[in-house]
Amino acid sequence: MLSANQRFYQFLRTVPSCCCFVMANLKLYSYWRSSCSFRVRIALNLKGLKYEYVPVNLLKGEQRSPEFLKLNPIGYVPVLVDGDMVLADSLAILLYLDEKYPQHPLLPSDLRRKAINLQAANIVSSSIQPLQNLDIMDYIKQKVGQAEIVPWVQYHVRKGFAALEELLKDQAGRYATGDEVFLADLFLAPQLHSAIKRQSSLFCLG
Amino acid sequence: MESGEDKPNLKLYSYWRSSCSFRVRIALSLKGLKYEYRAVNIVKGEQRNPEFLKLNPIGFVPVLLDGDMVLADSFAILLYLDEKYPQRPLLPTDLRRKAINLQVANIVSSSIQPLQNLETLKSIEEKAGPQEALDWIRSHIGKGYEALEKLLKDYAGRYATGDEVFLADLFLAPQIYSSLKRFNIDMANFPLLSRLNEAYSQLPAFQDAMPEKQPDNPSSTG
Repeated sequence: MLSANQRFYQFLRTVPSCCCFVMANLKLYSYWRSSCSFRVRIALNLKGLKYEYVPVNLLKGEQRSPEFLKLNPIGYVPVLVDGDMVLADSLAILLYLDEKYPQHPLLPSDLRRKAINLQAANIVSSSIQPLQNLDIMDYIKQKVGQAEIVPWVQYHVRKGFAALEELLKDQAGRYATGDEVFLADLFLAPQLHSAIKRQSSLFCLG
Repeated sequence: MESGEDKPNLKLYSYWRSSCSFRVRIALSLKGLKYEYRAVNIVKGEQRNPEFLKLNPIGFVPVLLDGDMVLADSFAILLYLDEKYPQRPLLPTDLRRKAINLQVANIVSSSIQPLQNLETLKSIEEKAGPQEALDWIRSHIGKGYEALEKLLKDYAGRYATGDEVFLADLFLAPQIYSSLKRFNIDMANFPLLSRLNEAYSQLPAFQDAMPEKQPDNPSSTG
């Protein structure tokens, strides 16, 4: 049985896209260069959801302010505020958005392809991104040494990308798991962007 | 669906002490799903065998085989199991509580576990020494646990997000277990997590999934 929200949004999907706007009271705490925030921004755009952008400057340490830590006690962006709902962690946010605002679904209905999307998303979110984020690079620099950062990041990014090449070779179409954009693409695009724009110039990933 | 009528053909590639495998073992136990246990000895490097890498190119356990479906990553496996075998749901229907379960699961699976797995630890040990590896773990676990204590204080009941076991608990139980058994984390600073751990120890589905009870636990084959 669909909720009232879901029935409303199903109706909206029948409306020409130029007429489609969605009234939601959304705020996104984001850093411009955070790949985790980037994932959520893509989803909000795909779903046609307007939101207030609240910047959190990670280089200035704003994620450690008491106000921000009240929103996300672990001190990471992104954080989504939807009315009185406060939610952190990009994967949780994406699955929440997908259920509450089902236009442009982020997961295919086919269970097998859905599962592969989740696997690819988690390769990025557990095996690549956490091992090369700002916090970790800072830690490595302090405790092991500046010279160690490059090999460390290269190793984890290359390992993850090699695994994704294998995993997706029989799945990919125009996009990661076929000819439509799904969750895997929302994780891959920011990770690739980061590797190409930020890391290749510094770390010669190739 | 009654567990006896439809016979799934499940195999789980697992390592007895892997917290990621532990999560899936709990789910299979909760859902009453029988499976064939296939041991992958991480310490001996069996996850790097070509046969295993064909199943999971990144070389981590667990991997689930369900008929001709091959799926890796515990989070993906759990959501797959929950959809295909919906008995004993792993997520609440209430969207808010569902979302919090996903957030907790990801704090563990992205912000804690990857920083304390065998491969990462070995790497830190090689580069900076065993003491630094220990400090590294304690720092990341401590940060994660402090966040979980704050996040869950308004949600927890008997279990992490109320009085029923859900996804968050499947991630927390193995994580807390590894903190105590492998890293000697002092849980006195984490009263909520300590209380949850005690609650988990009373549950048969969690007990059956524990590392000590797995066929590849060296002391059980010794």
